[in-house]
Amino acid sequence: MDRFVWTSGLLEINETLVIQQRGVRIYDGEEKIKFDAGTLLLSTHRLIWRDQKNHECCMAIPLSQIVFIEEQSAGIGKSAKIVVHLHPAPPNKELGPFQSCKNSYIKLSFKEHGQIEFYRRLSEEMTQRRWENMPVSQSFQTNRGPQPGRIRAVGIVGIERKLEEKRKETDKNISEAFEDLSKLMVKAKEMVELSKSIANKIKDKQGDITEDETIRFKSYLLSMGIANPVTRETYGSGTQYHMQLAKQLAGILQAPLEERGGIMSLTEVYCLVNRARGMELLSPEDLVNACKMLEALKLPLRLRVFDSGVMVIELQSHKEEEMVASALETVSEKGSLTSEEFAKLVGMSVLLAKERLLLAEKMGHLCRDDSVEGLRFYPNLFMTQS
Amino acid sequence: MHRRGVGAGAIAKKKLAEAKYKERGTVLAEDQLAQMSKQLDMFKTNLEEFASKHKQEIRKNPEFRVQFQDMCATIGVDPLASGKGFWSEMLGVGDFYYELGVQIVEVCLALKHRNGGLITLEELHQQVLKGRGKFAQDVSQDDLIRAIKKLKVLGTGFGIIPVGGTYLIQSVPAELNMDHTVVLQLAEKNGYVTVSDIKASLKWETERARQVLEHLLKEGLAWLDLQAPGEAHYWLPALFTDLYSQEITAEEAREALP
Repeated sequence: MDRFVWTSGLLEINETLVIQQRGVRIYDGEEKIKFDAGTLLLSTHRLIWRDQKNHECCMAIPLSQIVFIEEQSAGIGKSAKIVVHLHPAPPNKELGPFQSCKNSYIKLSFKEHGQIEFYRRLSEEMTQRRWENMPVSQSFQTNRGPQPGRIRAVGIVGIERKLEEKRKETDKNISEAFEDLSKLMVKAKEMVELSKSIANKIKDKQGDITEDETIRFKSYLLSMGIANPVTRETYGSGTQYHMQLAKQLAGILQAPLEERGGIMSLTEVYCLVNRARGMELLSPEDLVNACKMLEALKLPLRLRVFDSGVMVIELQSHKEEEMVASALETVSEKGSLTSEEFAKLVGMSVLLAKERLLLAEKMGHLCRDDSVEGLRFYPNLFMTQS
Repeated sequence: MHRRGVGAGAIAKKKLAEAKYKERGTVLAEDQLAQMSKQLDMFKTNLEEFASKHKQEIRKNPEFRVQFQDMCATIGVDPLASGKGFWSEMLGVGDFYYELGVQIVEVCLALKHRNGGLITLEELHQQVLKGRGKFAQDVSQDDLIRAIKKLKVLGTGFGIIPVGGTYLIQSVPAELNMDHTVVLQLAEKNGYVTVSDIKASLKWETERARQVLEHLLKEGLAWLDLQAPGEAHYWLPALFTDLYSQEITAEEAREALP
């Protein structure tokens, strides 16, 4: 902990910010100290920690002081950490929070997550050592790592050996997992090949395969996550699962749709349904494929795709074209409206408001005025006043 | 020795043979389907075994997740295609990414009024982490990208634009072509761009530069600053947070002004 130096936190001319993370606590070795909630910043030259409550409390360590780093994964009630092993402080070091300490390492605890990215970036900076090429002011240009002939602190050698062993152990675990994964993939590949061969048979025979067999085949593809080799859709619509899902959706979405004027974007539906489920969530593809079946199953909802590509679910009873008539009235009353203004007036999302105005334009009721100030719609007087 | 006849008898025989082959053909497909069904059951068992040993690894180790996804892609399998797929059910990868998708949509919606629907991957990452809370699983930027790729299926206009070593995430259907993208990349350095910057770096005519900037203004992705020294500056709110290495308190901001 005695390697830290007080600093203003401002970056020097050649120093660039790489990544920052809130909610980081510092440990001196294994001990908690008073620096428990701060923002940790990584620059090309330093590791800076600033207290979240008192911004004046700001300290830094030059990256050149770091011997190496390792990750410590999160546990129950424990945040993920990065352990930073340091060289001894140089004799000419400026003032910092501690004058001396017994530990040669510190721990950074990520109480609000972000450890994965931070570790990745810190490793990158440690490899690239950009601080060596971009000189900054003298104040934190301390040592450049172990000089030839310098005596290494004894503690570090022991730590390095222990960590080397641990690294080997972790590598072994990872390679075992990787090996198992590779074996699994070989089997998965066989399934893919088999499905291709069956698909070819189906294509050749064109109708000599029963409906039942097709359904079975599609459900096998679904389980494996294989795209349907015949239609190229991700196993397309038509599996039992999607039919059931479509019926479920019709039940779940009736009330929300009525609350929202009979129409919702597919993204809204995705969020609504998955938030309600909590687990065993639907994939975006599951949702789309189920919705594609709504009309065929004669359910009271339908999927609609606008020209722009925006996808919505509508109640069958909802007639967007009729809504256009009332939209025209609203626009006429106000003279002209942008999508945002219209959305606010009517109480719908900007996305759907825009689609309604575009539809009205397509039907000839509205005219657009497209300028840097935005897209504005006017009643189409060319139609009404000839 | 009988001579093979060419008469009605022979034709009838041929028809019978054909019918038998046809039947045989149907039986072959049935065979293969039965074989697939059996292999599927076996695969499910293998996957269960794999899951019992390594499910945690996938959950906790983002590098392993990347390797897993890449290997699946190589053999032509999409583990995230359906929540009902084996991968999703047994390894739990589905719920992880689908929930992340929901969180991404919510963050983008909340910030849209500020940045027009364009946000850096870094800021999205920070905001998503904040929203997930302390006890949730950590996520990497790669995880976010994969979740966003899935969201595209919903027709929402989600786009991923590479700029200067990172990515901009677009969450509203605004049409951005190559010209727009290239100008965004240019703006990434300072958070803003001018017509002169574009002409100098990209060697475009004034008109082309102006059209692109006007489009970005119209889509709400850029703000026009006519008070900047020299010529008009076009600022990209999506890139703002990148520029600051410290959070300035209201006090400090007041003191900084002349």
